[in-house]
Amino acid sequence: MSSSALNEKYNYDVVRLFTLATVFWGIVGFLAGIFIAAQMVFPDLNIEPYLSFGRLRPVHTSAVIFAFGGNALFATSYFIVQRTCGVRLWSDKLAMFTFWGYQFFIVLAALGYVLGVTQSKEYAEPEWYADLWLTIVWVAYLVVYLMTCIKRKESHLYVANWFYLSFIITVAVLHLGNNISIPVSLTDAKSYSAFAGVQSAMIQWWYGHNAVGFFLTAGFLGMMYYFIPKQANRPVYSYRLSIVHFWSLIFIYIWAGPHHLHYTSLPDWAQTLGMTFSIMLWMPSWGGMINGVMTLSGAWHKLREDPIIQFMIIALAFYGMSTFEGPLMSIRAVNSLSHYTDWTIGHVHSGALGWVGFISFGALYYMVPHLWGRDKMYSTKLISIHLWVATLGIVCYITAMWVSGIMQGLMWRSYNDMGFLEYSFVETVMAMKPFYAIRVLGGVLYLAGALVMVYNIYKTIRGDVNQKEQNLQAQGAAA
Amino acid sequence: MTEDHKKDKDIDELSGVETTGHSWDGLQELNNPLPRWWVWVWIATIVWSVWYFVVYPAWPVPGGATEGTSGYTQFKELAESQQEIRDRQAAYLERFENASFEEIMNDEELYAFAMAGGKSAFKDNCATCHGTGAEGGMGYPNLNDDDWLWGGKLSDIYHTLRYGIRADNLDTRLSQMPAFGQDKLLDKQQINMVVDYVLSLSGHTDDAHHGGEYDPAEYLKAGAQIFQQQCASCHGPDAKGLHEFGAPNLTDAIWLFGGDRDTVFQTVYYSRAGMMPAWEGRLGDDTIRQLAVYIHELGGGAPDAAILPDEGLRNPAPLKSPEYEKTEDLDNDGEVLSVEPEVPLAEDAQNDMGVHE
Repeated sequence: MSSSALNEKYNYDVVRLFTLATVFWGIVGFLAGIFIAAQMVFPDLNIEPYLSFGRLRPVHTSAVIFAFGGNALFATSYFIVQRTCGVRLWSDKLAMFTFWGYQFFIVLAALGYVLGVTQSKEYAEPEWYADLWLTIVWVAYLVVYLMTCIKRKESHLYVANWFYLSFIITVAVLHLGNNISIPVSLTDAKSYSAFAGVQSAMIQWWYGHNAVGFFLTAGFLGMMYYFIPKQANRPVYSYRLSIVHFWSLIFIYIWAGPHHLHYTSLPDWAQTLGMTFSIMLWMPSWGGMINGVMTLSGAWHKLREDPIIQFMIIALAFYGMSTFEGPLMSIRAVNSLSHYTDWTIGHVHSGALGWVGFISFGALYYMVPHLWGRDKMYSTKLISIHLWVATLGIVCYITAMWVSGIMQGLMWRSYNDMGFLEYSFVETVMAMKPFYAIRVLGGVLYLAGALVMVYNIYKTIRGDVNQKEQNLQAQGAAA
Repeated sequence: MTEDHKKDKDIDELSGVETTGHSWDGLQELNNPLPRWWVWVWIATIVWSVWYFVVYPAWPVPGGATEGTSGYTQFKELAESQQEIRDRQAAYLERFENASFEEIMNDEELYAFAMAGGKSAFKDNCATCHGTGAEGGMGYPNLNDDDWLWGGKLSDIYHTLRYGIRADNLDTRLSQMPAFGQDKLLDKQQINMVVDYVLSLSGHTDDAHHGGEYDPAEYLKAGAQIFQQQCASCHGPDAKGLHEFGAPNLTDAIWLFGGDRDTVFQTVYYSRAGMMPAWEGRLGDDTIRQLAVYIHELGGGAPDAAILPDEGLRNPAPLKSPEYEKTEDLDNDGEVLSVEPEVPLAEDAQNDMGVHE
């Protein structure tokens, strides 16, 4: 089917745009990450004031979470909702508005960061004007998505759509809740939060933790529930498991935020609830991993042959590891060691690079040939190279952060026999330096893999045929 | 499952498991049961959480929250872990508090305690300016040498630490070098003359200013004259500095702000007034005394007199012995080593004694 014919039944135009934006912002986000990681090793790279660590750090986090991850969610959700509901998007115009509106939000937010405009809430740094704009875009997204679901031709709503809907709705609630603030004036970028003190902290981490839970977990599980069965060409392992783990995941996740505030002025009881709900969240999180991995039952050989499946299964392995590590780190005693150390950074990145990144790469490799009407990606070998270079990058990154984080935590709490602190803060920083360098290396590998993907996608969209791989395949078929 | 759905049921050929009967874009779902182990582990985490609710503060109720049977609060946990540290210090602290500097310097255990505490406090409070190795930097003195601005005796160092230099404290060490150029006390040529003279004191004449215009000897002589009139009252007629004014020795090659000609000119023209905070009120007296011992022992400490903490400083006690022996020599002194520690030493603490070997 030609791409224009494809576009008649489904709106692929907007999905293509979101796909390209995903790739573009991915590269931007990875570059920003490498740069700020390098700043930790070479502080002279802090170019004041615009390119200092404090301003670039939210550029990195927002670029990878909201720009790369967000565009990936938009692209895949619009793709999946159309295909599993059997209808075109409810409104092409509104869908196109969500694309340009969302890109405008990203640019608006990033410009603010670089210019020093921030409301100082982690992962919610944009000031009120950008927040209001995002609210408009997000409501449009919800309308397009919900109306498409309502107009569906299938009698039931496919599981991936439950996850996407929970993601869209909950992120709206979180965004509105955490960003309640009063601008200094309508012409001033500055605003003051409606919350103060420990209430502000609690609202912030209710938001922050569920941004992880619903943006980076539920949304990407929606991706997983479509692309793994599709790529494996197998039915989803267990319908019952998908129901039970969906409802338990969204019910329990929303409580877990206080574990970010252990040993603070947050009352003990709230800390306890945050911690215990994090523990109870372990199995509901793993439900998604089990359902994804077991979907390969009867098709395990594909794990050997197909690098796209490999991307997805490694993504689930990192998902499983992170969602075990998370509850572990929420335990008070463990948290007293891990909190404020690089261990947290390592944990986040095993989720971000491993789970979010890899499931998105898998989805991109599946979608691009479909969207542009090609048989398959230009080169399977290049997908494989991307996979292994990026995996090596992740391993460098997270092992460096584990070692550095645990070392840092142990050094901070180390007292000698006479009851004096063994190390000063600056000594812990000096001890971490080699691991910061390894982290930069990990990031560079991850970016290198992504650049291989960019090339592969470019060739695929152009319609180039990889003659060498074609020949090999023909030989294989002949033999 | 409604009757309607049951009719659609298919069996997946590969696994032999029935599907739910729906198909979306070619996707189907198997009707596998929940994995048993998954259910049991989940139940275990729920049971454990319920147990935790009982034992720890957990649920908000009117007027507060359930307290839990363990009586846990994070404040108690903090107090317990701090107590553990205090207990380790307590083995030495009481004796330390009551000991004079002389007693500390002559008691291996107290000396090791002071050094350990001083080292820890130094890295967290002093290293920011003086460097982790106390090597100093531009404007921040090197504390490893025996070149002291305000004196290198234990009592001097203690005073400097406690009250600071040009700090916000009534007893702070205070002196002000005039800005000879800015305040028009000297003209530029006079400053050039005195700078050349000062630099010549440490044998530094390479970039002398006089050039061809003046006779070098005359120039230096004029500089020396100005020095005696303007500078000697604080830096001393021999330019070797005076601790009571914090005036540095100008005859050595040690420079706080730099010894190149331009920098010394700037110093004379605009003057300098380094500042060190008063640690009184920020650090406890024990910690300040530990720091004094540690800094004294970095290498440049001058011999000191016996000083009692606190009162000793305000009313210096008469010297019992004019000078104590340098600690390096103490180890060879059988008498000192035979002093019985009042508190039994932990084994590792004894190893720490090696610090001043």
